[in-house]
Amino acid sequence: MAFEGLAERLQATFDKMKGRGKVSEADVKEMMREVRLALLEADVNFKVVKKFVNDVKERAVGQEVMKSLTPGQQVIKVVNEELTALMGGEQTKIATAQKSPTVVMMAGLQGAGKTTTVAKIANHLRKHNNRKPLLAAADIYRPAAIDQLETLGKQLNMPVYSLGDQASPVDIAKGAVEQAKEEHCDYVLIDTAGRLHIDENLMGELQEVKQAVQPDEILLVVDAMTGQDAVNVAESFNEQLGITGAVLTKLDGDTRGGAALSVRQVTGVPIKFAGVGEKIDELDEFHPERMASRILGMGDVLSLIEKAQTNVDDERAKELEKKMRSAEMTFDDFLEQLEQVRNMGPLDDLLQMMPGANKKAMKNIQVDESQIGRVEAIVRSMTKHEKDNPSVMNASRKRRIAKGSGTTIQDVNRLLKQFEDMKKMMKQMTSGQKGKKKGKGGFQLPFM
Amino acid sequence: MGFFDKLKKKVTTQTDSVTEKFKEGLTKTRNSFVGQMNELFAQYRNVDEEFFEELEDILISADTGVSTVMELIDELKHEAKLRNIKQSKELAPVISEKLAEKLDKTGEDTSLNIQQNDMTVILFVGVNGVGKTTTIGKMAHSFKQEGKKVVMAAGDTFRAGAIEQLDVWGERVGVDVVKQQAGSDPAAVMYDAIHSARSKKADVLLCDTAGRLQNKVNLMKELEKVKRVISREIPNAPHEVLLVLDATTGQNAMNQAKTFQEATDVSGIALTKLDGTAKGGIVLAVRNELDIPVKLVGLGEGVDDMQPFDAEHFVYGLFKELVEENSENENR
Ligand SMILES: Nc1nc2c(ncn2[C@@H]2O[C@H](COP(=O)(O)OP(=O)(O)OP(=O)(O)O)[C@@H](O)[C@H]2O)c(=O)[nH]1
Ligand SMILES: Nc1nc2c(ncn2[C@@H]2O[C@H](COP(=O)(O)OP(=O)(O)O)[C@@H](O)[C@H]2O)c(=O)[nH]1
Ligand SMILES: [Mg+2]
Ligand SMILES: [Mg+2]
Repeated sequence: MAFEGLAERLQATFDKMKGRGKVSEADVKEMMREVRLALLEADVNFKVVKKFVNDVKERAVGQEVMKSLTPGQQVIKVVNEELTALMGGEQTKIATAQKSPTVVMMAGLQGAGKTTTVAKIANHLRKHNNRKPLLAAADIYRPAAIDQLETLGKQLNMPVYSLGDQASPVDIAKGAVEQAKEEHCDYVLIDTAGRLHIDENLMGELQEVKQAVQPDEILLVVDAMTGQDAVNVAESFNEQLGITGAVLTKLDGDTRGGAALSVRQVTGVPIKFAGVGEKIDELDEFHPERMASRILGMGDVLSLIEKAQTNVDDERAKELEKKMRSAEMTFDDFLEQLEQVRNMGPLDDLLQMMPGANKKAMKNIQVDESQIGRVEAIVRSMTKHEKDNPSVMNASRKRRIAKGSGTTIQDVNRLLKQFEDMKKMMKQMTSGQKGKKKGKGGFQLPFM
Repeated sequence: MGFFDKLKKKVTTQTDSVTEKFKEGLTKTRNSFVGQMNELFAQYRNVDEEFFEELEDILISADTGVSTVMELIDELKHEAKLRNIKQSKELAPVISEKLAEKLDKTGEDTSLNIQQNDMTVILFVGVNGVGKTTTIGKMAHSFKQEGKKVVMAAGDTFRAGAIEQLDVWGERVGVDVVKQQAGSDPAAVMYDAIHSARSKKADVLLCDTAGRLQNKVNLMKELEKVKRVISREIPNAPHEVLLVLDATTGQNAMNQAKTFQEATDVSGIALTKLDGTAKGGIVLAVRNELDIPVKLVGLGEGVDDMQPFDAEHFVYGLFKELVEENSENENR
């Protein structure tokens, strides 16, 4: 029932294919059956899956297997490349109008995350681009929707334009743009009410707002957990509004997020941001290749290898890996590992992609990314002796560390436990690997 | 009497607004699903591999869940062989029979557990934005219409504007809301609410909680604590823990159901947003794999847009045209 990684699914097929020089049609067919299931389980729309599987089949059959790869890896490489291409290769930034203010309008189903995203984007624009945004409260329907945006505005210390819930969204949007001009705000972010794509009245209302303020950007906000219906929603919003981009929210969950692929495929617009938490600063720029590997599942080792190779200094990586495998890892290594890994994608995901990852052991390792800062602080409050010999940790040392890092003893204990779990897991991985030959990247999956 | 006849009879004798509302809300679902089914039977007259592949697609596109679909297809293949069914049309009743079976597995009572002589406490849980607060508002309205005294507890102290949102619902349906300041401990709110509802002699206490993703361990712990506090104050409470699922959600709904069940011992599901085009097939998977009954259905944003879930209605909605066609055949 739970997601099986593609790696696990493909295990048997890989075993059969071992040692062949060419990828045969039968092999590909068998593998693609598993790829299809993996994608469907990830909520990619079935039509999108069908087309994708056919494209890959065509490309993969008869391919010479690259020296460094097994036939299985070769097919996965093609799958990965096609998926990344579909996701849209490059990362795309939010629009900036020639003439200030830039008007951004949100659209989407109920509860998708529009209001939260407005606040997050505003924060992002100010923090990274030095912009001065104005938030516009044009959701006049949902109970306390205006309160919600005003509260967020207060948290951000940013102006919120509102005319209450009796004015029309068109007037609110227009008024907001006017006020932005007067107060020299360079972005207007319009929050709108959630609506069904089949609700003609409310869709008409959005068209009127669009007509009135000519937004430079219309962002469709999509919940990453959306199922097969994502294509209908995206297609319909796009036809009626002409969206210019999408935002995928709630990616901090454990969904595969196949909806991302569906939305891309039917609208062709880039996904510009990813929501990764409920807090205002939990917004990421969208990385298509990370999304591709997330959708594929933890079997996407190739991209992990690639990422590991480009992001981590090779020598250092090997050394680290050796330490991890021998369970000699110290807290300094741990910290470094965290930092390097952080550049690669969601931590939970990465941990899951780790070669030979033992799911049971994984369960105890909860890496909440927003907590990395805290972890860093704790490790930095340790003495060198403590870092190298975690076993010396006692109550008074813990108290000192907690104090020094502005955390609690519980936090320190939790980290120590996680660290031990991680070491244990590394050990298990190593013993599970016995007798298997090592690959060039160092990272190695059981099926390779 | 054939299966379809029974189904039809049951549904058509319930001429109340429930049926109408339900049918209305499901028009979209039904049209597309039955449309596809009819197309399938027209296009694939014979029960063969191609036919099953197409059927698989239809079920997948309804978010039914890969493993449930596979299971169903296997059963159908077996059944077709057993009964020597060659024509796709003959398989139609078998398909809906199987679906109904899966939805109504144990045939157990899916009504809410309402206390006759004591206050009933209902806790609402679920991920962000699925419709917990709205469902509470709708339920408050429906209990009130039954003449019950209702109190709502503003247990979402985290999300901006969440307390105000419940407050608006309280005014809208004329029900008291027990609340504390934003950011306060939700377990403390529940403690307050229970005592306040008791002193007001309430019949029903509806407890809102903040949306949380099931993989956030700390937040799930917080929810466990909320539930613990309720149980400590009133043994046997909460009498219902309703997991709110958004019909638009794909396979992740299964993870949600599983994890929330582990944390709070979910007693039923409220399936929201069925007024959209999402097919809600996830109900099948959840019922089939986790055996949590669906108890309520959300069909819109208004106070009246909620109905009790009825498996037969649901299947009937999906297969209305087929049902009518087939019961005519059965009568011949
Ligand atoms: N975990 C998580 N929660 C999110 C994210 N984005 C939004 N949320 C939550 O999802 C819920 C709905 O978010 P809102 O911003 O109110 O969504 P909306 O689209 O404005 O909703 P309506 O106005 O009701 O249509 C809230 O509980 C948010 O806190 C995210 O990236 N991760
Ligand atoms: N179309 C539709 N929208 C709904 C339904 N139930 C809730 N909503 C909307 O979904 C959004 C999120 O609901 P809310 O109750 O705030 O969700 P919560 O975060 O789980 O409490 C709101 O805009 C609601 O109006 C439903 O059955 N159908
Ligand atoms: Mg909103
Ligand atoms: Mg709520």
